[in-house]
Amino acid sequence: MTNVGYSSHETLSTTGLVESAPLLEMNNISKRFPGVLALDDVSFNLKAGEVHVLFGENGAGKSTMISMIAGVYQPTEGTVVFQGKETHLQSVHHARSLGISAVFQEFSLVEQLTVEQNLFLGNEQMSYGFLSRKAAHAEAKRMLDDLGFPLKPGQKVAYLSRAEQQMVEIAKAFRSDLSVLILDEPTASLTERETDRLFELVEQVKAQGVGIVYITHRMAEIKRIADRITVLRDGCFIDTVDAKTATEDQLVSLMTGRSIDQIFPKINFTPGREILSIHNLSTADERVKDVSIHVRRGEIVGVAGLVGAGKSKLLRSCFGLENITEGSIVFDDEDVTGYSTREMLDRGFFYNPPDRRNEGLVMIRSCRENISLPSLHLPAFQKAEILKRRSEAKTTQEIAAALQLHPLKIERVVDHFSGGNQQKVLLSKCLTRDVKLYVFDEPTVGVDVGTRVEIYKFIAKLCEQGAAVVVVSSDLPEVLHLSHRLYVMQRGKLQAELSGDEITQENVLRNFFDKEAA
Amino acid sequence: MSVKSNSEQGAISPMRTPLYFLKMMFVRLGVLPFLLFIAVIVFTMTSDNFLTGRNLLNVVRQSSYLTLVAVGQMFALLTGGFDLSVGTIIALTSVVGATAMAAASAAMPDSIGLAITIGVLAGLAAGAIIGSINGIGVAMLGVSPFMMTLGMSSVGFGVALYMTGGTPVYGMPVQFADIFGFGHLFGMPAPVFVGIILILTLYIVLNWTRLGRYFYAVGGNIKAAGLSGINTRLTLFLAYLFCGLVASISGILLTARLDTGEANIGTSMPLESIAACVIAGVSLRGGIGRLENVVLGALFIGLVQNGMNLARIESYLQIVVIGALLIIAVIADQARLRVMANMQD
Repeated sequence: MTNVGYSSHETLSTTGLVESAPLLEMNNISKRFPGVLALDDVSFNLKAGEVHVLFGENGAGKSTMISMIAGVYQPTEGTVVFQGKETHLQSVHHARSLGISAVFQEFSLVEQLTVEQNLFLGNEQMSYGFLSRKAAHAEAKRMLDDLGFPLKPGQKVAYLSRAEQQMVEIAKAFRSDLSVLILDEPTASLTERETDRLFELVEQVKAQGVGIVYITHRMAEIKRIADRITVLRDGCFIDTVDAKTATEDQLVSLMTGRSIDQIFPKINFTPGREILSIHNLSTADERVKDVSIHVRRGEIVGVAGLVGAGKSKLLRSCFGLENITEGSIVFDDEDVTGYSTREMLDRGFFYNPPDRRNEGLVMIRSCRENISLPSLHLPAFQKAEILKRRSEAKTTQEIAAALQLHPLKIERVVDHFSGGNQQKVLLSKCLTRDVKLYVFDEPTVGVDVGTRVEIYKFIAKLCEQGAAVVVVSSDLPEVLHLSHRLYVMQRGKLQAELSGDEITQENVLRNFFDKEAA
Repeated sequence: MSVKSNSEQGAISPMRTPLYFLKMMFVRLGVLPFLLFIAVIVFTMTSDNFLTGRNLLNVVRQSSYLTLVAVGQMFALLTGGFDLSVGTIIALTSVVGATAMAAASAAMPDSIGLAITIGVLAGLAAGAIIGSINGIGVAMLGVSPFMMTLGMSSVGFGVALYMTGGTPVYGMPVQFADIFGFGHLFGMPAPVFVGIILILTLYIVLNWTRLGRYFYAVGGNIKAAGLSGINTRLTLFLAYLFCGLVASISGILLTARLDTGEANIGTSMPLESIAACVIAGVSLRGGIGRLENVVLGALFIGLVQNGMNLARIESYLQIVVIGALLIIAVIADQARLRVMANMQD
């Protein structure tokens, strides 16, 4: 491994002081956004040569914290001390000039440009006032080779897979004069091998005295690379613990403020008639290959797998959203293979998409309009083609009240609600019509613990009332604790079917990854 | 409104100064009321004849053509697109309608009513065809609304010129112009009456039917609309069809007023109709907009044109003012979003 040149004067001098002075101190930081206090008096420090994990649920304030370290936002209150000096990080550019680099979950890549153009964006290689394309190409190639990423510098970013784009993003951050590296769930779309490679790099820069702020939800990663862990909850500092002594249960209860059995309800399963059976299904894009599953009334069936395992595609193909090449789908004793969304809705199949902003809700319209949208053709909402707006308002108000929408204002634009309440609006949509099978795809993405508990109760109630429920989720505890039966998918194939006592974390994880690779 | 922001999240109590209420009004109603207010003040000062019942009725009559087109344009804008071919639709409607009507009345001079009906239907069919082609291109073939309607505006304009050789079409029965151009129906100028009927109908469609709701939903988030079981392609198609039909009706009325079929009318309509919608707060990204405001927006543009005429501002300069107004409206809308973010609710 050739030297990528991280060793600036500062990092060299601080390596001697690892135990005494922190590299970066965030003291009593508060950050207020219009109407929201995202961080409330949080202190956090980073030593040179350590991996410091920020741990917490979505909305706990982790992203806000790293955004301030990276110079994206400025704190409303509190001070930042960098290498012993109080510093105002005015911009991303300023932070980068101090050696602070971030890899965010949301990529900062320009898709129309090539890999090398992206790597040097804002920091172009110049000669005599013109772009020096040859030098940029050579430098990009050297950087990628050093990192061990199999990317071509001349390729357009738009044509890369998500994992490859992630690599470009990481390569952008791993540059010379690095002192603080921020990684926000960098492994979310990487394969095992790429993850191993990333961790090697992290170890390497760590040895050179770089401080690393690392955000992850994965316990295995924390065990593997963390030195210290700071837990945030609802914008507040909870604790900083030593990674060597912290246990998983301890971390979960610090993160959520509750123990596991307070989060998940007890559900009485009374499995009845089979309502959905998928036989040897394959899709045109080959993301689902030869999968067969079945679902009965009165049970919750979990579908687990890594991102991209095809678990979401499997259910989407039953809802008219994917091209099916082989296999058949039987719903309520009727062959519904290849039916459209509308036809499936009318038969009582409801699919709740994972991305509420992108697919689930019309963010700029009111709650009322969103909740009633799938059902406007029903007699409850219209008569002779004229909408019954009063009855619509009444019905949606009742549904919103039952789900404890806060604030309970159905005329308010969805965008103005918090993430948790937006999720409630999304879930409300399935309550306006008769549904026999509910599919919830990542039902608790980006919601706080309180809402999470309410959503689980809501799902449990639907099931106990005799409906069939499918929960598709990448959140392992969620599928482990809710499912009556659990299917595990991997790379488009069904890997295992677990039920009862077989549903354990070990059994699921074993089926997450390639057996050959393990 | 101020009570609302007080009770929620215990925000710092807003000061109840006149400035605060002005800001609140700006956020709630947009820039249009302010522009209308300023326009009325300025034109009343520059001309004694401006603020008279007779002149204002004149403004309404003159604006009715643009109002109709703007209302149609709103459907395209609501779904997140726009229609640049509305001017061409008017021209083609005029040429096709006049040609058919002249031919029909020449063939059967005794049945004038039938000849007028044939002409009107032919004109509307021309508009509906352009609208349908736009709709098919945008909804089924996935062509961007910009390219689709820009292309069709060239196609339609070319056809209209080719049919007439660039000269006006004469020979329509005089009754057509007498009734629809200069006549009165129920005490109102005919174009105003037709406009009111159409606007009421479209108001009901937008606010009281499923289809109306679907326009908003498709424009707001087409994926969410699709997952809610809405036929998004059909909705998009209908938006362009409606837009074409309404513009076509405006074209018929304008033809009656001019008493000739012209290929060169309507060229300013795409800009003016989009301007009327944007000034009225219709979002260019789709999903937001109110029909009653669009009517006001179109009337505002008519008012400004009328006021400038009375103040003897040269017509070429008037074009400059309309363009500038459009840009000011968009800037004001951006400012509104910023004020809204600061005020929170």
